[in-house]
Amino acid sequence: MSEKIVIIDYGSGNLHSVQKAFQRGAAAKGHSVVVSADPAAVSAADRVVLPGVGAFGDCRAGLEAVSGMREALHARVIEQGVPFFGICVGMQLMAERGLERGSHDGLGWLGGDVVHLTPQDPGLKVPHMGWNALGSVASHPVFRDVPTGRHVYFVHSYHMKTTDPSQTLASVDYGGPVTAAVGRDNLFGTQFHPEKSQHVGAKIIENFLEWRP
Amino acid sequence: MLTTRVIPCLDVKDGRVVKGVNFVDLRDAGDPVEAAIAYDTAGADELCFLDINASHENRGTILDVASRTADQCFMPLTIGGGIRTVEDIRALLLAGADKVSINSAAVKDPDFVARAADKFGAQCIVVSIDPRQVAPGRWELFTHGGRNPTGIDAIAFAALMAQKGAGEIMVTSMDRDGTRDGFDLELTRQVVEAVPVPVIASGGVGNLQHLVDGVTIGGANAVLAASIFHFGDYSIGEAKAYMAEHGVRVRPMEAV
Repeated sequence: MSEKIVIIDYGSGNLHSVQKAFQRGAAAKGHSVVVSADPAAVSAADRVVLPGVGAFGDCRAGLEAVSGMREALHARVIEQGVPFFGICVGMQLMAERGLERGSHDGLGWLGGDVVHLTPQDPGLKVPHMGWNALGSVASHPVFRDVPTGRHVYFVHSYHMKTTDPSQTLASVDYGGPVTAAVGRDNLFGTQFHPEKSQHVGAKIIENFLEWRP
Repeated sequence: MLTTRVIPCLDVKDGRVVKGVNFVDLRDAGDPVEAAIAYDTAGADELCFLDINASHENRGTILDVASRTADQCFMPLTIGGGIRTVEDIRALLLAGADKVSINSAAVKDPDFVARAADKFGAQCIVVSIDPRQVAPGRWELFTHGGRNPTGIDAIAFAALMAQKGAGEIMVTSMDRDGTRDGFDLELTRQVVEAVPVPVIASGGVGNLQHLVDGVTIGGANAVLAASIFHFGDYSIGEAKAYMAEHGVRVRPMEAV
């Protein structure tokens, strides 16, 4: 069955690469990928992708500024349970709160806060920028054939600390554990950028498109 | 652990690579998009395009390059050259750049960097500085390809840029650029120690030991080089193998 994958456009960052990366994975399956700012598109989506770059508070405000979007997202993802993929700040927004430049409410889909990175080694730079090796990757359909040790691309200064450790699906080491992926049920999110992570990223996107939670 | 990034940089003029890329059979060695694809395949960690004759009139050319590259390369792309306004940045990011590198405009107005970081996030704002040594232990900022002195202390300026919101600092020694004598390691080290954000070492790479030195002595988080890769002296794979043998953690080729 042909599916419709909707990437939400709420004025945050470059959607071009995200769109291209998902299109590459979707084309072989006959799925369509659209970038949309229309809540009606989300209501009809078979899968929803929420990207996001920049500050947590700005992204949250941007999402709120699209009339009816938060309600449509909640209905489609939480009530009706379609697969959801949050990327970077789009992933962080699933938390209860973001503590970047003040405290901002998240969507509250996962328990936990988004906090500043504090590597134990003071020589480590923030932002955490570049390719890091995935550690302790959970057994999860979206990580099929993506073993521990594979490198993915990060650029961020904050990360999510989940209250329930089982909701952290992968982490990397950067002067201590840094959350790389989170999720539960039909929710999945990565702190890293699959659309910038070459073959490994493409595999994760492909897995997401096949995922039937 | 985080790996050290190896970044090839291509000079682009009127939408063409200034010095063709010779390391692989390309249909068109002057097409930046083909070069980008080749570097993507070769395992480069990021890619940098520098638009060397950027002007208001030919802005569309580099946007087209960014867009066509982003269509085919799923790796981080930085574009620099002639960026003066928030609108310039927005257009590049929308076209497909992940980061922009700001040089002269930051020297002219340091608050431009703050406005850019507020608008788009520090993660996509690279400030590129071109210092020249003027006395032992002292480097001054130059603009316009190293021709115009500014009187500004390069180390203090790098620290100011990080404060203003730069997510990364690229340091290109004007004394070393084009010499193949290696990075200015003392300069690199001083900038690394002055800023909390990652530092890209640039300017002067002539062999693979220079890349290692930039990391182990200079303390850089990423190394940028142009001619050693474009002319086929070394491949990205050879560079990474050499760095790994000499204790620098790099990302191996991963096919999944």
